[in-house]
Amino acid sequence: MVAAAPATRRQRQRVRSAALSGVKGRSKFFGAITFVLGTIWLVIVLGPIYYMILASFRNSNQYMTANAWLPTGGLTFSSYTSMFHGSGIGTLLRNSAELAVGTIVLVTVLSLGTAYRIVRRGSRYAAVSFRLILFGIAVPIQAIVIPLFFVTNKIHTYDKLYGLVLVAAASLIPVAVLLTVNYVRLIPRELYDAMAVDGAGQWATFVRLVVPMARPVLAVVSIYAGLGAWNNFLLPFILTQSNNDMVLPLGMYRFATNSEYGINVPVVMAFVFFTMVPILLLYIILRRQFVKGIGGFALR
Amino acid sequence: MAASTVLLGDNQAGRARSGYTTARRRNFLGDLLGISPTLALYGAFIVIPTGLALVLSFMNWDVIAPMRWAGFSNWSRFFSDPVAHHSLLVTFELAGFSWLAQTPLAMALGIFIAGRQRYRAVYAAIYLVPLLLSTVGLSLMWEDLLFPQFGGLAWLGLHFHMNFLNQNWLGSPSLALLTIVVIIAWQFVPFHTLIFQAGRRAIPAALYDAATVDGANVRQTFWHVTLPQLRYSIVTSSTLVLVGSLTYFDIIYILTLGGPGDTTRVLAMDMYNTGFVETEFGYASVIATVLGVLGILLAVALVRLTGFGSMEGGQEGIW
Repeated sequence: MVAAAPATRRQRQRVRSAALSGVKGRSKFFGAITFVLGTIWLVIVLGPIYYMILASFRNSNQYMTANAWLPTGGLTFSSYTSMFHGSGIGTLLRNSAELAVGTIVLVTVLSLGTAYRIVRRGSRYAAVSFRLILFGIAVPIQAIVIPLFFVTNKIHTYDKLYGLVLVAAASLIPVAVLLTVNYVRLIPRELYDAMAVDGAGQWATFVRLVVPMARPVLAVVSIYAGLGAWNNFLLPFILTQSNNDMVLPLGMYRFATNSEYGINVPVVMAFVFFTMVPILLLYIILRRQFVKGIGGFALR
Repeated sequence: MAASTVLLGDNQAGRARSGYTTARRRNFLGDLLGISPTLALYGAFIVIPTGLALVLSFMNWDVIAPMRWAGFSNWSRFFSDPVAHHSLLVTFELAGFSWLAQTPLAMALGIFIAGRQRYRAVYAAIYLVPLLLSTVGLSLMWEDLLFPQFGGLAWLGLHFHMNFLNQNWLGSPSLALLTIVVIIAWQFVPFHTLIFQAGRRAIPAALYDAATVDGANVRQTFWHVTLPQLRYSIVTSSTLVLVGSLTYFDIIYILTLGGPGDTTRVLAMDMYNTGFVETEFGYASVIATVLGVLGILLAVALVRLTGFGSMEGGQEGIW
């Protein structure tokens, strides 16, 4: 397809930069347009979040009267104080943390063990299981909440935090297994051979070779599972009921709709922003893993 | 198959005697131990409920009285139920509008952040922030931002004489669905942007070299190189938009409960109301089954169209 290689060094450079931005000729003009569009979207993303943060540092009087978009008219922590006192946020945080950690542990352990067996192609059982598990990616969880409600009632895990862990983990398993399998596949065969020469059995190979090699994908799967468990609303909404087992998203919803603070916008905004902060901090530290964890199976 | 190479000697003897090899037996045992716990969990909470949704659609069940066989009555009711038909229509509207709102925008933004400029990496990092918020959190945030008279948008309208901004965004029958579409787009465009970013970066530079040498301009390069090369990203993203909006529940439940009237009563909302509010779980299971079948059909179409089935074959992916 290429008629002739670009002759001079300058030409080659131009071609290369054009290839990267998909632009030739009037690239400056085009670049300016994309910059403007990209920046508009940036404003659309940050605008509502900025509004929420600003509102959270006001009391309800200031919220009604002050400039909605500029930090004038005095800022205060009083909404955060009210939120801590009135929301039972301690229990919610503990429950959500337990749910997230339990789900992460269950999902990573199960999917790594499963991925190892699938990649090693030991038996037909592994191959058939893999196909069955992949099918789960297509099942929308909304379509099975009624049977889940029925099943959890039958086996008495309804309204129990560990019951929620089991269901959340099961719903995250298909994508987690897919991600893990695709990664474990990349371990070179020679390393398995070397383990065998050393006399390592399957269990030793798993512990000493696969687990250490798979650490990067375990980080990604942990984020996928942790975020899924931490932010999920539908499953706790359907499968739990009592205050003791209430997790953050559900507690936040109840706080905003049922409590005396529900009509106090700054307090609700303080609640939302406060629960977002831990995730935001983790995101800043582990951005690359987050991108892969959020992208899930769609990024291949 | 390191183990089997080492054990080859024994194996042949074993195979001769029993038709099974020790290594194989050991592999099967390992598979059983490694995979069965996953399969048990997944089977109990995904596979069985999927089958059960269909079974329940032939039952009458209100939690309190014992479950009773209902035959096809729930299904025939679905086919003559105007509320369900309206929900189906709203669901398709939501899916269509969501596609229009999300896919072209995500493609443009994905191509934009695929560039290697440093500032674009910063933009890309910020674009992802909506995906970190819980759906409840972002719904409450938008609810207050859009609140008539007192919200941030209304404030702008009142102070800058842009009265069109001061609307009852979520409470007006003509606006509610579109407002929901915008909020869902705000949440999910970043996800689809990631798909297009990865897709754009996977296009070989040689194709752009060739286009440049052939004298193609920006528009021609886009139509003849970028767009065709992004076809799998487009199919993947479109399918996920459609499946996502078919089953959408959270934001709608939190912000409108399906209202005003039934203007945002999508299928998932209809299922929830029928089941968990009116306790007609049998009939709700019909709606759930319809939802599930639509979702699964779309996913299967995705696999067919993109050769996604090749995900079982070894490839590097994004690593």
